[in-house]
Amino acid sequence: MSLRLEDISLSVGGEAYIYPTDLTFEKGSMNVLLGATGAGKTTLMRIMAGLTPPSSGKIQWDDNDVTGVRVQNRDVSFVYQQFINYPTLSVYENIASPLRIKGARDAEIDHAVKDAARLMKLEEYLERTPLELSGGQQQRCALARALVKGAGLVLLDEPLANLDYKLREELRSEIPAIFERSGSIFVYATTDPEEALLLGGNTACLHEGRIIAYGKTGEIYHNPQSILAANVFSSPPMNFAWLTKYGSEVRIGGALTAMGGFRDLEDGVYKAGFRPNHMGIEPELNSVAFEAHLKSKEITGSETFLHLDHEDDHWIGLIHGVHDLPLDQDHRVYVASEHIYLFGVDGELKRPAPYMEGWF
Amino acid sequence: MAKITLRKLAHTYEGSKEQALKPLNHVWEDGAAYALLGPSGCGKSTLLNIISGLLEPSEGQILFDDQDVTASGTVERNIAQVFQFPVVYDTMTVGENLAFPLKNRGMDQDKIEKRVTEIAKMIDLSEQLDSRASGLSADLQQKISLGRGMVREDVNAILFDEPLTVIDPAMKTDLRIQLKELHHEFGHTMIYVTHDQTEALTFADQVVVMNQGEVLQIGTPTELFERPAHTFVGHFIGSPGMNIVEGKLVNNHIIINDTLCNILSGYDDVDNAQIGIRPEYCALSASEGLPITINRVEDLGKHKVVRAIYEKSDINIILREGEEIEADMNHVVFDSEKIGIFKNDWRVEHD
Amino acid sequence: MTKPINQRAWFLVLPVLILVAFSAVIPLMTVVNYAFQDSFGNNEFFWVGFEWFEEILRSERVHDALGRQILFTLIILVIEIPLGVFVALHMPRKSGTWTSICLVLLALPLLIPWNVVGTIWQIFGRVDIGLLGYILSSLGFDYNYTQDSFDAWVTIIIMDVWHWTSLVVLLSYAGLRSIPDAYYQAAKIDQASRWSIFRHIELPKMKNVLLIAILLRFMDSFMIYTEPFVVTGGGPGNATTFLSIDLVKMAIGQFDLGPAAAFSIIYFLVILLVCWVFYTVMMNTGKVDG
Repeated sequence: MSLRLEDISLSVGGEAYIYPTDLTFEKGSMNVLLGATGAGKTTLMRIMAGLTPPSSGKIQWDDNDVTGVRVQNRDVSFVYQQFINYPTLSVYENIASPLRIKGARDAEIDHAVKDAARLMKLEEYLERTPLELSGGQQQRCALARALVKGAGLVLLDEPLANLDYKLREELRSEIPAIFERSGSIFVYATTDPEEALLLGGNTACLHEGRIIAYGKTGEIYHNPQSILAANVFSSPPMNFAWLTKYGSEVRIGGALTAMGGFRDLEDGVYKAGFRPNHMGIEPELNSVAFEAHLKSKEITGSETFLHLDHEDDHWIGLIHGVHDLPLDQDHRVYVASEHIYLFGVDGELKRPAPYMEGWF
Repeated sequence: MAKITLRKLAHTYEGSKEQALKPLNHVWEDGAAYALLGPSGCGKSTLLNIISGLLEPSEGQILFDDQDVTASGTVERNIAQVFQFPVVYDTMTVGENLAFPLKNRGMDQDKIEKRVTEIAKMIDLSEQLDSRASGLSADLQQKISLGRGMVREDVNAILFDEPLTVIDPAMKTDLRIQLKELHHEFGHTMIYVTHDQTEALTFADQVVVMNQGEVLQIGTPTELFERPAHTFVGHFIGSPGMNIVEGKLVNNHIIINDTLCNILSGYDDVDNAQIGIRPEYCALSASEGLPITINRVEDLGKHKVVRAIYEKSDINIILREGEEIEADMNHVVFDSEKIGIFKNDWRVEHD
Repeated sequence: MTKPINQRAWFLVLPVLILVAFSAVIPLMTVVNYAFQDSFGNNEFFWVGFEWFEEILRSERVHDALGRQILFTLIILVIEIPLGVFVALHMPRKSGTWTSICLVLLALPLLIPWNVVGTIWQIFGRVDIGLLGYILSSLGFDYNYTQDSFDAWVTIIIMDVWHWTSLVVLLSYAGLRSIPDAYYQAAKIDQASRWSIFRHIELPKMKNVLLIAILLRFMDSFMIYTEPFVVTGGGPGNATTFLSIDLVKMAIGQFDLGPAAAFSIIYFLVILLVCWVFYTVMMNTGKVDG
């Protein structure tokens, strides 16, 4: 079982919403669509579901072309950001509804509903109506319904966006475990990079209707192929500075830097990027030092966020532990050269951060 | 600006038997940034509405400086509020939106203009001053709401009711910093309601953690993280939250199911103790500590979360980037320095 | 996000097209047929071109009726729209028993058949047995809608206001209810005056429903027939002979089928034109704001 999008695109009235896209999802896989609001995640999902016909391209389900097949006749379930349940039916009947439509036998339905309710921790609430449940429980009910349907393709469109932070945290670690068992193809849209990392599987980064990166989630995160991909898949965003190398002289920003990790680099101009969590306030072996102006800081109890100005760039540092640095002053911050990615002037990755070597 | 004092403040909604807000005494210092943190329905919005004057408490008093304002409305209290969804006046431009509260108070045109220009610069909306507010994106509209809150210099406090709900994660950081800088710049008393611990901890000097109408702890982010007063605080702050394992404390020895885990000092014996330890302070080991079953490992980029089970308790362990898990690591060790002992969910203090 | 263009959607519209063809286009064509021909009976027709149209466009009588019609519609709109909004603003905002009672009371006039409304007011206003007419004349007012054209107008306008303001109220109320509480709270905090709240929050949020209300009230009042016909029969004299009453007189009273048909077509085109203008204006103001 697989879902293949071949050269799928969508434009309306001359305006492109989805640029030509090829994607293949395998049976039993978790696939994350990551991108900001308006990047085209929902549109792409609607195309997969058959709710929106694409302007061009084909959708292959196994080896059948299903491009024109209506959503009712496809093997799909869809969970939305809003908690959508049948308000007048009990939780039990809500979960049972897809099976009732299929005309399953009562015993079979009962078994499946109770199974799904157990997984979603809804056993106590089966007799209630959805409106008597909390938001988290309502969404669990919608998820249970999607689960019971046993569809080959399960589309989840920011299902946790309207939930409390802590509930979201709980549910998002449960979702992959629950769904892995069912063997369906999962497509999960989110705006939150951390959620993508938690879900694992594969990630496609979307930006303004284009897939700008696709692959194993960890790999896409640790090995961004462009500045754009690094920005979509990084929260807080990556920090950048210009790096120039001429002969034995390496400058980052205005400052001369030790050759260290840049010995093998070709001469030229680069954009150096490093993640906030790789910034330090104490020197380490092979680290590059920067002078930056501290504008504000945030302390979370276990970590400290620093917001710095480095020349024309805004930087964010995420430092382990609590550090009470004085504001409105220049500070010296450090980045190990093995944590520095180098991008070309065109934004394409020129050299991955060396710490990654041998990871994949 | 003013100091806000809550005296035996409590609230029960009409027709309800349960107190939505349990009795509370607290002083909000002038010029500080506070966060009210808790899950939906914990009473944090009730408390905020009482402070803003939209709701009159059923018991107790609220004082601004030394003046009892319990029965006064929002206008008399002279506070500003930013809501969950951006509230902008569709018929006006960005500039007119910012000027509106000042105009209603009859300020000079020149002064208004000066102040609006200043605020617009602070919130990065200088270029949009003449565009219609209704056509802007959610985060810009929320900035306008924010700006309208800041525009009056004399407000006693600015209240925020989950202001980043409709903002994309990438923009959230931006707005958060802006808020922080505005606080730094103007020094208004700010009270920020949220269910998101990151927002609360990064924003506030003091965080008030609430659950089921009760204030469980008021403290700095570091205090809440290192020394939660209640298991709920331990669970709610931190991601993942604190691990809690049932055990007992005999002669300062932590014993979990007959296994001696850690040795502390200064505690009295506790029979039904809850041993609390943050995932950050757990380490994997091949032989020492409690035996666990590892279910999955999540790579979150900057760190990994190991999800494991001991008996029936979930144990989460955070590994820093680069730390590896060896195949034979099936035990967990706790850092004695960082262990908290709880009884009936409340922290047990020691000498 | 915009929906994609799908040509197959036209098939879905087909049943409606057929229905409209039978209910509107075909009858309209019959009228068109009459409008360009004359007959001296015996089902013999001959082509007269635009003669009937010219006659109607030049007819004093039609001009007068049109003038009365426009005046009537204007008065109706000027009274009903602000009054409806005013009443809606003073309805209880929260759901409750009072709200339900208000809504039921308001909906009552809308549920009464039009000719019954006419009959009610015809009797209500009579000086001899009607409550209103009797009281007014016993208070010394010289009120008689069958004799005095001013009284007839007042009666018909009050009747229409009584009958239809509820619609405006209900639409406005629905618009008001959709405004989140936060707006009112923000306005309070900003110390906005009552007028500012109305001008900058309520009115913009009600704008769309109000435009629909205006459109509906325009169409209905411009085509009004039953109620004034029942109450005054177009009198006294021709004082309340509005376009549709005049049209019926011409077509059925005098059996001038040709001019009446031409009249119908002009009438129809005028309403269509005004609605189209309205619609375009509505859509465009929406765009500028959006």
